[in-house]
Amino acid sequence: MLQEKTVISLMKNKTVSDVRKRVWYSAWKKLKPYAFVAPALVIFLVFSIYPAFRIVELSLYHWNLVSPAKDFVGLQNYVNLFHDPEFFETLRNTILYTVLTVGLSLSLSLFLAIYLKNDTSVNRFLQRLIFSPYIVSLASISFLWLWLMNSDVGFLNYVISLVGIEKVDWLGNPHVALFSLVLISVWKTAGYNTLIVLASLQVIPKHLYEAAALDHANQWRTFHKITLPMISPTLFFITIVDIISSFKVFETIQIMTDGGPQNATNTLVFAIYEYGFKFYKIGYASSIGVVLLIMISIFTILYFRGLANKVHYQ
Amino acid sequence: MSEIVFSHAKKAYDSKKTVIEDLNLVISDGSFTVLVGPSGCGKSTTLRMIAGLEPLSAGELVMDGQRMNEVAPEDRDIAMVFQNFALYPTMTVRENIEFGLINKKIPREERQKLIADVVETVHLAEYLDKNPGELSGGQRQRVALARAMVKKPKVFLMDEPLSNLDARLRNEMRTELIELHKRLQTTFVYVTHDQTEAMSMATDIVLMHDGVIKQIDAPMKIYNDPNNIFAAQFIGTPAMNMFDLKKYSKQNNIPAQAKYIGFRPSRVHFTDEAAVSMDKMDFQGRILTHEFFGSEIIYRLQTDCGILSLKTFHKEELPLDMEVQVYVARKDCYFFDEKQNRVRCS
Repeated sequence: MLQEKTVISLMKNKTVSDVRKRVWYSAWKKLKPYAFVAPALVIFLVFSIYPAFRIVELSLYHWNLVSPAKDFVGLQNYVNLFHDPEFFETLRNTILYTVLTVGLSLSLSLFLAIYLKNDTSVNRFLQRLIFSPYIVSLASISFLWLWLMNSDVGFLNYVISLVGIEKVDWLGNPHVALFSLVLISVWKTAGYNTLIVLASLQVIPKHLYEAAALDHANQWRTFHKITLPMISPTLFFITIVDIISSFKVFETIQIMTDGGPQNATNTLVFAIYEYGFKFYKIGYASSIGVVLLIMISIFTILYFRGLANKVHYQ
Repeated sequence: MSEIVFSHAKKAYDSKKTVIEDLNLVISDGSFTVLVGPSGCGKSTTLRMIAGLEPLSAGELVMDGQRMNEVAPEDRDIAMVFQNFALYPTMTVRENIEFGLINKKIPREERQKLIADVVETVHLAEYLDKNPGELSGGQRQRVALARAMVKKPKVFLMDEPLSNLDARLRNEMRTELIELHKRLQTTFVYVTHDQTEAMSMATDIVLMHDGVIKQIDAPMKIYNDPNNIFAAQFIGTPAMNMFDLKKYSKQNNIPAQAKYIGFRPSRVHFTDEAAVSMDKMDFQGRILTHEFFGSEIIYRLQTDCGILSLKTFHKEELPLDMEVQVYVARKDCYFFDEKQNRVRCS
C-alpha cells in the first residue's frame, strides 16, 4: 500500500520531500492508536502488572521492609503458609464470607428487582433508597454500623429487644462477628445489584411474556424458563464481580473487628496487611498475596470464558 | 365453530387516549380475515383484544357464543404469531414449540408426535436443535408458525408476521399462509398495514382508520366498490385519483350530491382527440414522472385538476414534459359526497 502510494506520487513528478512527508504521514497513521493508549498502558504496567510480578518475587524472600538485605528462601514461605493452621482459618473465613455475601446479596437483589420491576413513582423512590448505601464510603459505613451494632447502646439490639430477643454481641462474639460483617456487605451491595438486575429485567421484550401467557405458562414456569435464562448473563457478571470483591474484603474488618475476636474475622487481605505492615514479614505476606492472586485469577478467567461462551441470542 | 363478535367494544388506555371508540365486528368462522389500515388505526389493538392481551374498556367480545371478556389469554384456545416472532431466545426450536405443550401437561409421546407432524409441515425438521439466533428470518417465521400450529387452536392471530422478512420471502410466505389456511380450515385473523398483503390473502378485509371500520368486504368487492374515499385510496396501487369536482369544468352527467370524483390509474387511457362523448371524462396534462415496472409503466401527469396517475401496459415510453390527452370512461368513475362517502348512481 505504502509503496504503491510512493510510486504513484513519484510518477506525478512530486519532489523528494513530498515523498518523505508521505512516508512519515503513513507511519504516523499506523502509530497513532498506540500513541493514544500509551499513557494508560504505562500506568497499567507500572501500577498493576509490575506489582503483581513483584509480589511473586517477594514471596520467595525473607524481608522486613526496611533492611536493605533480602534473604532468598525459595518456596519456604509457601511451606510455612501451608503448615500454618491460622492461614487455613483465614482462608475459610474469606470463603465463608464470600459465599454468604454473594449468595445473600444476589438472591436479595433478584427478589427486590422483581418486586420493584414496575415503573411507578414509589418503586423509583425505593430503588434510590436501597441504592444509597452504595455511594457511601466503606469507612463511614463501618463507623455507622459500629454504632448500630454496639452491644450495649446499639440500635440493632434495641430493635431485637422490642421483640423480646436477648442482646447479641454482634462484633464481639466469635460465632457472630463474621455474619455481622456479611450483613453489612449485603446491605451495601444489594441496592447496586438490584439496579443492575432491574436493568436486565427491563430489557426482556414484553412480547416474550405475552407469548408465554398464550402458551399456558404459569408464573413460576415463566420465571424459570424465560426470565431467569434471559438475565443469567447479568447474574453471572454480578456473581463473579462480587466474588472477586468479597475476596478482597478489608475496610470493615480493619475498622470494626481488627480480625478478631479470636481470629474469627481474619481474612486473606487483612492477613496480608497484618503480616506485611504490623509484623514486617513482607515475604510471608506476599505469599498470601500470591494465593489471593491465583484465586482471583481463576474467577477472572472463568468470567471471560463465560462471557465468550454465553449464548448471544437474537 | 369459532365466530368472533365484537359488540360496542371500546379500548382506551387512559381518559385522554381512546384507541377504539365503538367497534362492531363479526369475524366469521373459517375466514381469513385481514385487519388492514395505516399505523395507529387500532388494528393491532383489536387483534390483541381477541388474544386477551388487552382488556376491553367497554363492550363485549364473544367467541363461539361465549363471552370472552374475563377469560384469560391461555384459556381462549387461540394461538398468536407476533411481528418479531417472540421466540424464546434461550430455548432451542424444539423447546420453543414444546413449551406450550409441556405447560398443558401433554404426555411426552404425544408431544413428540405433534412436534414431528408440525415440523414436517413447515420444513423445520433439521433445525430442531438449533437456537432461534442461528436461524434466518424465514426460518424463525416458520418456528413461530409451528409454535402456533402445534396447539391446534380454533383461531390463529397474526400480527404483521411478514413485515420482518425480505420481499422475496414475503411473497413465498404469503402463498404458504394461504395454503395453510386452506388446509387447516380454521379462522385466521391477520393484521397488516400492507394493502397488497390484505388483497392477496384475505377472504374478508376489515379496513380500519382512526379506530373506526371504514369497510368490511371481500378483496375484489372492496377494490371495485369502495364505500368511501379512504377505502378507495387505501386499497390498490397507485392510489385512486381523486379530484374535487369544482376544479373539473366539463361537468357532464354527474350525480347531484357528488363533490369528489375518483378513478383508478389503470382505467385512464391516452387518446389523440378531445373526447366529446358523454360517457368519457377527459383531461389534458404534462408528463411529470414515469416509473417502469416491467410489464407496466406508471405516469404522473400535471393537469388542471391536480396530479393524475396513469397506469399503462403500453410498451413505448413517452418523454417527460410531453403534453398529452387522456380520458377515463364514465362507468369507471366513482363519486363521493361532502362527507367522503360514496355516491352510487342508480
